[in-house]
Amino acid sequence: MQFFIEVLVGGLLSGVMYALVALGFVLIYKASGVFNFAQGAMVFFAALTFVGFQEVLPGWLGLEADSGVVFWLAFLLAFAAMVVLGIATERIVLRPLVNQPHITLFMATIGLTYVVEGLAQMTWGANVRGLDLGIVDEPIAWLMDNYEIGVSKFDLFAAGVAASLVALLALLFQYTKVGRALRAVADDHQAALSIGIPLQTIWRVVWAVAGFVALVAGMIWGARNGVQFALTFTALKALPVLILGGFTSVPGAIVGGLIIGASEKLAEVYVGPFVGGGIEGWFPYMLALAFLLVRPEGLFGEKHIDRV
Amino acid sequence: MLYREAGQFKASYAEDSQIFPIRQDKIGFWVLMLVFGVAVPLLANQYWLKAILIPVLIFSLAAIGLNILTGYAGQLSLGSAAFMAVGAFAAYNFILRIEGMPFLVALVLAGGTAALVGILFGLPSLRIKGFYLAVATLAAQFFIVWALVKFPWFSNNSSSGVVTAQDVTILGYTFATPEAKYILTFLIVAFMALLAKNMVRSSTGRAWMAVRDMDVAAQVIGFRLMRTKLLAFAVSSFYCGVAGALYAYTYIGTVEPEGFNLDLSFKILFMIIIGGVGSIMGSFLGAAFIVLLPIFLDNVIPMIFGDALGAGFVSNFQLIVFGGLIIFFLIVEPHGLARLWQIAKEKLRLWPFPH
Repeated sequence: MQFFIEVLVGGLLSGVMYALVALGFVLIYKASGVFNFAQGAMVFFAALTFVGFQEVLPGWLGLEADSGVVFWLAFLLAFAAMVVLGIATERIVLRPLVNQPHITLFMATIGLTYVVEGLAQMTWGANVRGLDLGIVDEPIAWLMDNYEIGVSKFDLFAAGVAASLVALLALLFQYTKVGRALRAVADDHQAALSIGIPLQTIWRVVWAVAGFVALVAGMIWGARNGVQFALTFTALKALPVLILGGFTSVPGAIVGGLIIGASEKLAEVYVGPFVGGGIEGWFPYMLALAFLLVRPEGLFGEKHIDRV
Repeated sequence: MLYREAGQFKASYAEDSQIFPIRQDKIGFWVLMLVFGVAVPLLANQYWLKAILIPVLIFSLAAIGLNILTGYAGQLSLGSAAFMAVGAFAAYNFILRIEGMPFLVALVLAGGTAALVGILFGLPSLRIKGFYLAVATLAAQFFIVWALVKFPWFSNNSSSGVVTAQDVTILGYTFATPEAKYILTFLIVAFMALLAKNMVRSSTGRAWMAVRDMDVAAQVIGFRLMRTKLLAFAVSSFYCGVAGALYAYTYIGTVEPEGFNLDLSFKILFMIIIGGVGSIMGSFLGAAFIVLLPIFLDNVIPMIFGDALGAGFVSNFQLIVFGGLIIFFLIVEPHGLARLWQIAKEKLRLWPFPH
């Protein structure tokens, strides 16, 4: 039983990390109807930029490498880089493709994935780098002593970050003027345009926010697994999370992440041994697929109505 | 001046609906067949045959497969490489396990196996649409590759899942030289491409296009959705399966499941984007473009920048150019190279007189 709980909690917490990546997808999809395949590459780009600045800044400014100033400066610079990337994407990729079918935009973001990956590695090199957030990856002593359940502090921290990020985004969407404009754009581009919402500005904001989410996700993933090219694959894990939760729902991304994370770990531990293991790679997709057959628009997605 | 249909009158429906209605097209087609079927294997050197022409042909076939599914039937798929893997491993097992299995029969059976798997993974398309379906096809991609690695039976208990393709023998003749393999590949691909072209011109193809344009409307006017969609999945997977088998037997010789990864699926997707979505001709142009581009960049980048830049820089630069080109094509010519070809033909009909 303890083992079951341990696996379950571990899965739920890793699900939170998937949800972080999925969140970026949802934001962009909601606001611009673009299925942004490049989100994974953006996570990689953000993490690499952050680590890269952390490496070079002490040399430039003559500061201690592990001082807080360097950390926050690198964070700000990486965020700025993400904003620039977002604006450039809007300007160069999205604007000329306005009114194209969704599938064309999707393919354009696959192209964008290659550009961003190439750019990141060209600028900072392809070495695997460690990323230290100052939180140790060890079980919480209190839980270990009393219940013999191993829950990592780091995972708990990641969950906390994800929760606060979601709360922040929910507030932004619900109570600010920009948030209202965002929701209007998501609802209907033309109607939003006709009442004077500047579409392009909104898109830039969305890409910048998605860049911020990517940066946070990249830092947490990077601290966990090292900043390396494999980070881009974590984004692929966010896809079943998305279809489970629905493309348009922020809570859906979180719930979907939790379900995927928990079920993939449980499946790996309890079903994996019978079929030779390694089923983590495809189990989430199969689960999402089976789920879609029952609810084609995901858990919280908007119901799609066909009109002729 | 030369390319014009003036004076060519159609006297029957059969003449009107033939595959090349203009005489010059017909001649052009046969010239093309002679050039690539006879002149090229006689003249090209081994490197060109092995590293460029054979892969272009094989990827064209895979691209035609994906084009049937995505371009004609409108079902976006990210799992074409997995169906190629099914074809490659099925052909291997059919030849390995059945005594005296003729190569061509094995090829058809491999395609058939891929088609069956394709139908299985196509079933969700009846309920799921658009991006949801695209993500669902990723399930096929990951599951099939995993299954081929995990169950050693597929690779005849080879420890790492790597299999070496047997010799290709038809009627006692062994296709060993690159020239022979090229001609075999060429004949198979040409035959299947013609078949595909005719399929998309027939009622089957029109049913696919109706479903692509709006499936509810297609259903209302009497197309059977399930049959049409599953047929598209089956035919598409069949093409990918045969392409996969050729990939193993006439191109690289030793294959492993991991070779048919998501990157390959994306590559095939790019071929149809750049070549032209919904065009058989475009599949060839796109495949040629995607195969030639890295070779071209490999040669050109060091020429421009010198050797000072490491191999890492070149490969990253390639990524950027590759992605940039895809975006560029989508913006400038969403219908791909096939559309440019079309425009060139229209222009040629008037040339040199403006009217």
